[in-house]
Amino acid sequence: MTSGTTPVHKSRGLPAMRGVEPAVLIAFGCILLLLVVGAMYSRNFLSATYLLQQLKVASFLGVIATGTMMVILLGQIDLSVPWVVTAGAMMACAAASFGPVGAVLAVPVGILCGALIGLVNGFATAYLRIPSMIVTLATNAVTQGLMVVYTGGFSPQDSATPAMRWLATGELIPRVPNGVVVWVVVAVAAVFLLNRTTFGRSIYAIGNRERAAYLSGINTRRIVMLTFVLAGGLSAFGGVLLAGYASKAAQSMGDAYLLPAIAAVVLGGTHVLGGRGSYLGTVAGVVLITLLQSILSVMQIEEAGRQLIFGAVIVVMLLLYGRQKAL
Amino acid sequence: MKDWRYWLAENKNTLVAIALFLFMFIIYASNHPAGFTANVVQTSANKATLLAFVAMAQAIVIITAGIDLSVGMILTLANCLASWIVVGTMGETLLGIAGVLLAGALCGALNGLIVIFGRLQPIVTTIATGAMFYGVALLLRPFPGGSVNETLADAMTGKLFGIFPASFAALIAVILVVWVPYSRSAIGRAAYAAGSAEQAAYMSGMPVRLAKFTAYVLSGLLSAIGGLYLTFFSYTGEAAYASGSTYTLFSIAAVVLGGVSLMGGRGSAIGAVFGALAFRTIGDLLFVFDFDPLWQPLFQGVVLLLAVSISAVGLLRVRNKLEWFP
Amino acid sequence: MSGVSKRYGGVTALKEADLSVTPGRIHAVLGENGAGKSTLIKIMAGVVAPDEGMITLDGKPVSFATPAAANAAGIVCVFQELSLIPDLTAADNIIISNPPQRFGMIDRKAQRALAEQALAAAGTADIHPFALVRDLSLSRRQMVEIAKALARRPRVLILDEATSALTAADVRNVFGVIKRLRAEGTAIVYISHRMHEIAELADDCTVFRNGRKIATYAAGSKTDTEVVELMIGREYKNVFPPKSTAARPETPALSCRNLSWSGRLNDISFSLHAGEVVGLGGLDGQGQRELLLAMFGVLRGVTGQIEVAGKPASLADPEAAKSGAAAMALIPEDRKIEGLMLPMSIAENLCFAALDRVSSRGIIDRSKQAERVAAMIELLKIKVVDPDLPVSSLSGGNQQKVVIAKWLMNDPRIVLLNDPMRGIDVGTKQELYALLRKLADEGVAILFYSTDYDELIGCCDRVMVMYDGAIVRTLEGDAITEHALVASALNISEAPPA
Repeated sequence: MTSGTTPVHKSRGLPAMRGVEPAVLIAFGCILLLLVVGAMYSRNFLSATYLLQQLKVASFLGVIATGTMMVILLGQIDLSVPWVVTAGAMMACAAASFGPVGAVLAVPVGILCGALIGLVNGFATAYLRIPSMIVTLATNAVTQGLMVVYTGGFSPQDSATPAMRWLATGELIPRVPNGVVVWVVVAVAAVFLLNRTTFGRSIYAIGNRERAAYLSGINTRRIVMLTFVLAGGLSAFGGVLLAGYASKAAQSMGDAYLLPAIAAVVLGGTHVLGGRGSYLGTVAGVVLITLLQSILSVMQIEEAGRQLIFGAVIVVMLLLYGRQKAL
Repeated sequence: MKDWRYWLAENKNTLVAIALFLFMFIIYASNHPAGFTANVVQTSANKATLLAFVAMAQAIVIITAGIDLSVGMILTLANCLASWIVVGTMGETLLGIAGVLLAGALCGALNGLIVIFGRLQPIVTTIATGAMFYGVALLLRPFPGGSVNETLADAMTGKLFGIFPASFAALIAVILVVWVPYSRSAIGRAAYAAGSAEQAAYMSGMPVRLAKFTAYVLSGLLSAIGGLYLTFFSYTGEAAYASGSTYTLFSIAAVVLGGVSLMGGRGSAIGAVFGALAFRTIGDLLFVFDFDPLWQPLFQGVVLLLAVSISAVGLLRVRNKLEWFP
Repeated sequence: MSGVSKRYGGVTALKEADLSVTPGRIHAVLGENGAGKSTLIKIMAGVVAPDEGMITLDGKPVSFATPAAANAAGIVCVFQELSLIPDLTAADNIIISNPPQRFGMIDRKAQRALAEQALAAAGTADIHPFALVRDLSLSRRQMVEIAKALARRPRVLILDEATSALTAADVRNVFGVIKRLRAEGTAIVYISHRMHEIAELADDCTVFRNGRKIATYAAGSKTDTEVVELMIGREYKNVFPPKSTAARPETPALSCRNLSWSGRLNDISFSLHAGEVVGLGGLDGQGQRELLLAMFGVLRGVTGQIEVAGKPASLADPEAAKSGAAAMALIPEDRKIEGLMLPMSIAENLCFAALDRVSSRGIIDRSKQAERVAAMIELLKIKVVDPDLPVSSLSGGNQQKVVIAKWLMNDPRIVLLNDPMRGIDVGTKQELYALLRKLADEGVAILFYSTDYDELIGCCDRVMVMYDGAIVRTLEGDAITEHALVASALNISEAPPA
């Protein structure tokens, strides 16, 4: 029996809306709900200043989650996010200490380091066929080891360049932080890549059935590898922005981004096993996670409670709509 | 007949793990200044036992084609809980131990319920529940502290008859009491079947759900035993995020070295135990050869990367490229 | 069973179906794919629950929530998709549902004895009970599957295409087992597409069509033609298009010289001309699949030479094989795993082999895509409501058309087909036969592997019969007869040598 068992979702309209799933709508619904809850708690919650501030915070996660999403679309996972973020930040700051040339190259150097780690992830996943979950855990550990050796176990003294600070916190458009603009640019590029290019089409194909994609004459291994490179670069770019925001890099600054990045992607309706999902959903997921974190801290709940509630909320929301088909 | 050859084929992975451990241990023991003495064995056993428990926990879940990224956090939670309740008289202490084990089993049960009945992906589920467990641990011990029944702790980490490490005896006891009956029961076989071909197992009328649930519960229980042991070594409780995630990472490294297939269905917890022992021995080699401790995280990361890359050697033998895409 | 219905979403898979099976008789169930046979047996075996109707066993109404419950009641099914656990041993698999236990642990000795009994009963004592199923060949696995069913001592045994992967010797074996069970009073439901098997075994036959029961009759009371008419609901006419007699160019489109691989392909040489449909025959698993994969660049370590249009070519992977002078296409055997991305849209699936043709510099040109997709849907008469719907919403036959269309979009010059007609209804097959001939007449070279002798006889200009990794005979024109094919497949020397 092959026919008639798959529910059909479809819509015409924006490219990003292609195959909009109920999950995306629910995610937007939850955002509205959080805004209402927040507004009841504090009037400031709906002010433009506060919302833009939230968007700025969201933009770092948004850039990181973009790479995470592409990897998840492939049916793989990238658990090296924490230390790639940190390495991106640390290397960019390290480059900044090499005088004017270093200051110019700081951002590219940071991104390049992430892309290199992504290259290792991608090569091992695509060509050595090692499960990405394991490879990325290992590269995460190796990167951590490298950073520990580099810094001697302490937070480095180098600070971010003005360019990095401008990218994260400057305001090219009045009142809109540049971080948000950066995210919008990344988002537009991601939507175009996923929906309008053969590369994006191939990512979806591989996520659905790599064997069929390979037999269709698609160079699946190259695409898997390049996607990991892209994801590594984006994670590191997120780290560069974070370093710009905080003016310097810190040990384990990336730890707080693994779960939120994956959660944002999955809450946005991207299928954890790959092949299905829209960038619009990821945007919704990122905003949702950021608002949730913000509300928890506005309510002055301690770290312990925040972890507990954060984990529980993600589980509950996934239970609401992220379930797989029954056997 | 050639029965033993089939037995060999079935247990190949575990035997390779044992061989790997013996090889590493011989290098270690032959280069250690103190030589191969009861003390060397005891120190190694104490450090390795902890990881071995977590590795068993991880292996039991991975055999069902799942994964438990919360084992390290359950261990941390058990550590913090133990630093409150595993104290006082022998009776109170035993009650406390039961409480810690129960808490671990409950954490595992929560994972199992969400994965099986909630039908969520194990990776995402256990990352999220791991955050929750860490939150609880932090509630219990916002700052490092607490204590443990030191008599018991010393007994559990000391030597039996002045020669055999007690932690090792505890490890063997747990294997005999938990793993052996489980792996030979109908439930255990259903767990292997679920990891190998879940749909087929269901069609054959095997208790797939019960088996997966049992696996997660056992995983929580074994992680909690690991947490107890951590308390026995350190005498305190601490909600350290980095230590929790390190144990999760190392548990996977141990499972990989122990020959358990990450796709599920193949390998054994005994293999994972030897994988853990081998991994610890590798880490200790650094000290034997006098390296700066700063290099240890890098060294362990590289070992893990190399270990998983070795599994790619099989690729060279693949002659039909379709086997790359299961 | 009476008045049983089952709906999936808006589609009615089975409507008010009745079926009664009697102890000691073999009841054959026939029907095209999608006729409701699979749903019927899934309901009987407790895999899915019916929406309406009831099932009675010995006159008492029963309902099975799980396959285990059906097993407990004595209803055992050998499914079309193998239901074995690859990482367990043969013995574990055979005694899977109810192993002998001592102190809560499985008694491996007792289990082994039971497994050996079951294997002997199935006539396959060559399988060691401790062998891992993953190490067994497909036909051996199928025999383990049958032994597993026997070990449950079924009162009602359902065999769903159970012989599809078996060797001829095994089939004889299994028929013996089935007949013995019948004599012992087991009720047997037998589902097969192979008419001669049904003719040999069945006592009663029931035909399903579009989810409804059409007719039940005593075996032998209808001719094959009448049965096929019942199945397809229209007059059965000659399904094969006439063969072409046009002259062919001298330079072969493709020639292989001394291809060998890994002991599975032995020194294979042949050539393929534009305009020709060449069949690959022989028993299942004699290296036909491997030959197609080797030509398509999927296998590593292939020795020998492949020439395309007279020039040596190196086809390292499918990407190389599909482009350039070769312009090769491979229609894979398993459309769900190797051909399609089921949740993705029909349009997207159609474009996957020819992404270059609907894009420039890696950017997809939507109007070009729409144009090409529409042309392909038209050419193959794919029944599509909207090309943006997921390909999983199509019926099996239409899905297979998508797999073929996807490759035609790349304008191939050489088309390799790996048993593409499996599990497809007669009507679609007929259209595809005509399409193959049309492609050949347009100058495409076609290499067509099929397990169905009628197909080879009806479609091919030439048939190369493989045995043990080598081409043992090539039959041409009128020499392609069922007798010659079978004789060559068994490598019996009574047929004239090629």
